Amino acid sequence: MVVEVLELARWQFGITTVYHFLMVPLTIGLAVLVAGMQTAWVRTGNERYLKMTKFWGKLLLVNFAMGVVTGIVQEFQFGMNWSEYSRFVGDVFGAPLAMEGLVAFFVESVFLGLWIFGWDRLPKRVHLACAWAFSLATVASAYFILAANSWMQHPVGAEFVDGKPTMNSIWAVLTNNTALAAIPHTVAGCFAVAAAFVVGIAAWRLWRKRGEHDEHRAVWRSSVKLGAWTGVVAFVVLVVSGDFQGKLMFQQQPMKMAAAEALCETEQPASFSIIAVGDVADADCESVKTFTVPALLSFLAEGDFSSEVKGVQDLVGEYQDKYGSHYPDDPALGELAGKPVDYVPNLPVTYWGFRIMIGFGALSMSIGVATLWLTRGGRIPGGRWFPWMALGSIALPYIANSAGWIFTEMGRQPFVVVPNPDPSGVDGVWMYTAMAVSRVSEGEVWLSLVSLTLLYVVLGVVEVFLMAKYVRGGVESVMPAKVASRLGTGGDGSGRGGSGDGPGGGGSGGSGPGGGSGGRGSAPHDTEDDEPLSFAY
Amino acid sequence: MELELVWFVVIAFLWLGYLFLEGFDFGVGMLLPVLGRDDTERRVMINTIGPVWDGNEVWIIVAGGATFAAFPDWYAGLFSAAYLPLLFVLLALIGRGVAFEYRGKVDSDRWRRAWDKVIVVGSTVPPIGIGFIIASTVLGLPLDADGNRVGSAFEAFRWDTLLGALAVTGFSLLHGAVFIALKTDGDIRRRARRLATAILPVAILPVAAFAVLVQVRHGSDWTYLSLAVTVAAALVAWWRIAAGREGQAFAALGVAITGTVVTLFGALFPDVLPSTLDAANSLTVHNASSGDYTLTVMTWVAAFGTPAVLVYQGWTYWVFRKRIKTSHIPAPHTTQQVSS
Repeated sequence: MVVEVLELARWQFGITTVYHFLMVPLTIGLAVLVAGMQTAWVRTGNERYLKMTKFWGKLLLVNFAMGVVTGIVQEFQFGMNWSEYSRFVGDVFGAPLAMEGLVAFFVESVFLGLWIFGWDRLPKRVHLACAWAFSLATVASAYFILAANSWMQHPVGAEFVDGKPTMNSIWAVLTNNTALAAIPHTVAGCFAVAAAFVVGIAAWRLWRKRGEHDEHRAVWRSSVKLGAWTGVVAFVVLVVSGDFQGKLMFQQQPMKMAAAEALCETEQPASFSIIAVGDVADADCESVKTFTVPALLSFLAEGDFSSEVKGVQDLVGEYQDKYGSHYPDDPALGELAGKPVDYVPNLPVTYWGFRIMIGFGALSMSIGVATLWLTRGGRIPGGRWFPWMALGSIALPYIANSAGWIFTEMGRQPFVVVPNPDPSGVDGVWMYTAMAVSRVSEGEVWLSLVSLTLLYVVLGVVEVFLMAKYVRGGVESVMPAKVASRLGTGGDGSGRGGSGDGPGGGGSGGSGPGGGSGGRGSAPHDTEDDEPLSFAY
Repeated sequence: MELELVWFVVIAFLWLGYLFLEGFDFGVGMLLPVLGRDDTERRVMINTIGPVWDGNEVWIIVAGGATFAAFPDWYAGLFSAAYLPLLFVLLALIGRGVAFEYRGKVDSDRWRRAWDKVIVVGSTVPPIGIGFIIASTVLGLPLDADGNRVGSAFEAFRWDTLLGALAVTGFSLLHGAVFIALKTDGDIRRRARRLATAILPVAILPVAAFAVLVQVRHGSDWTYLSLAVTVAAALVAWWRIAAGREGQAFAALGVAITGTVVTLFGALFPDVLPSTLDAANSLTVHNASSGDYTLTVMTWVAAFGTPAVLVYQGWTYWVFRKRIKTSHIPAPHTTQQVSS
């Protein structure tokens, strides 16, 4: 019974969390980029930046909604499916989660509402401040959530009292070195997604109108540049922080390190596997041929080319000595009670997850740079391959992010809270995943897994459909004439405004008296009472 | 001890904030097909909550997170035992949040009508589910000595928790009607006012009945006072809405829900989740709480965080204080101007 609930709950957590983290990176990365675009507009008055803000801002909103609603599940499924875990760790783990809600998520939601609806009700700079408030709050959210997750990988700031970890230093929890490494890595991963998204779409827009007049070409050129450079910086941060994470992982979670390499035997110096042929799950390693770089793993683990890296088989013995070779004989564990503990993570998943993360991340950045080069100095490639490359490459950082998370979470199995070797570990503060699951019925978890997955699939299709619609529509689709003229910009805004303002004319006009709205625009409250809102759901 | 009391009060306050704020959001959604005669009127209604619903929804996230941090056993026990109602709430909130954002993004009647249905269902299911959950925590669930549910997945569905579900739903419906009257102008405002006046006694009845039930079963002497406040405030709300004073009626309903939450949580204390099997299995503020250090840290966070939230969230309502009417609604978004 319990084993089924455990499997279902793990699948649910995996599906809902990976899905949530398809939405989150674009939200975080693009929110900050859009706030930057709006800053450029407010400071220079250049309409190109307003168009960028409006276009990318609209895609951001389509995505933002999905990130918010899928995040609600995350807050509650610990209690629903993982109540034993929640009881065990709540004293420590609950704090960063509650702080995320109170300090970050409130700011994010409230100021997002102000930003969406506040275009002509707030003074320009206040409105810009709202953009920065919600975009920085998304980063703050990531910080608290990663602090919570890092505590599961490397429990700190707690002591073991009456059978449970009890927090004794919030500072230690919030400055956990695992978190300080994971935060730049994850946030850079978010910017890598936003970068590929912006470059891919902007390059496609350039290509589509390559032979004709395109009044918005400057918008797409600036976007390609912004995106590609963001991608380069993100990649550098990913590499540096990833290297730092590897060294921490070697100290804190040696089994995960060995599993990342499918390193069966201890090696000194240890070589880094580039790629393997055969079944990496095979415990005797004989059937696997891997192409390796000598001593590189030693360097990644400890910064020199000669140190020893322990293999899976030696580590299993150590774990059995420290944490026991069998699960406790607790009836709550169901069929697992008294059974041997398998300390080896799922090796194909960890080995390939690690390589997909690195490979796809590097490929994504390379395509961004290639696009920058191909479009240099006003060039636009004409080949049929170009749009495929541009739009297809958007998937790469998503895959890399997902692979990275799946690696890091599957790599800590069979533990949900990982015991760390001395001296960084706290005695007693660890937990088997099998002990963490709720004592609920199989039917409940089935229903929840199936219904959430189906709903997510449907909404995912709708989101992609809407994004594609706005991408095809381009700048015009996100800037109805009314808005452009209200905001007091020149160019196509006021020209188009005239035709749209008559009663019943065009699609974007309203019932405003005459065509005079262009002149009055900038004062936020100086509008007729019957004037249509510049934005409404 | 004092910190456990503080956190019990904080969590009650977060639930109150949630019921008050998202209560009218839900009511607006539920009334969409009732008060919105055409698409423009429906958009008027949705836009009364457009800038604020997301911030309102955060109150339940923070209520959940604060319970996790301050009373892990309460969080774990309640949300695993009341699994199904919570699942339905989550599914509905997901659909509803997306519906608000996506409804206007394609200019097609079929598209908008489909999302309208999601908004209606997504605004009706959560108050029902949340009512079951709050009633479960106040009236108790069959818990064993480990704080786990004994029995089937349907233990949270009983006649007395159903009364709680009707209470939250009735209140949300009424609060939403008054909110629409308060935030719109023109014909829809008049209809909302008439509707609120007509449904008030029926909608508030389960609220009063549930509060009385809790008072009779677990109440203290002083919770008679908050119960009396609830009833008096409901009467004032009826009087003021009938007189066309929407703001005063809205405030009176706020007092009514405050009185109700005070009664419920006042009667619950010092329990947080009683066991209906054996009082010894009940979760209390003492045996379900985090340690003093964690509560102290969280108290500092809440002491600075909560007033800030109230200020900037309040400011949002000030920015969007203007009543909305049909002439304010711009033409539907269109994106086909460019196709080439």
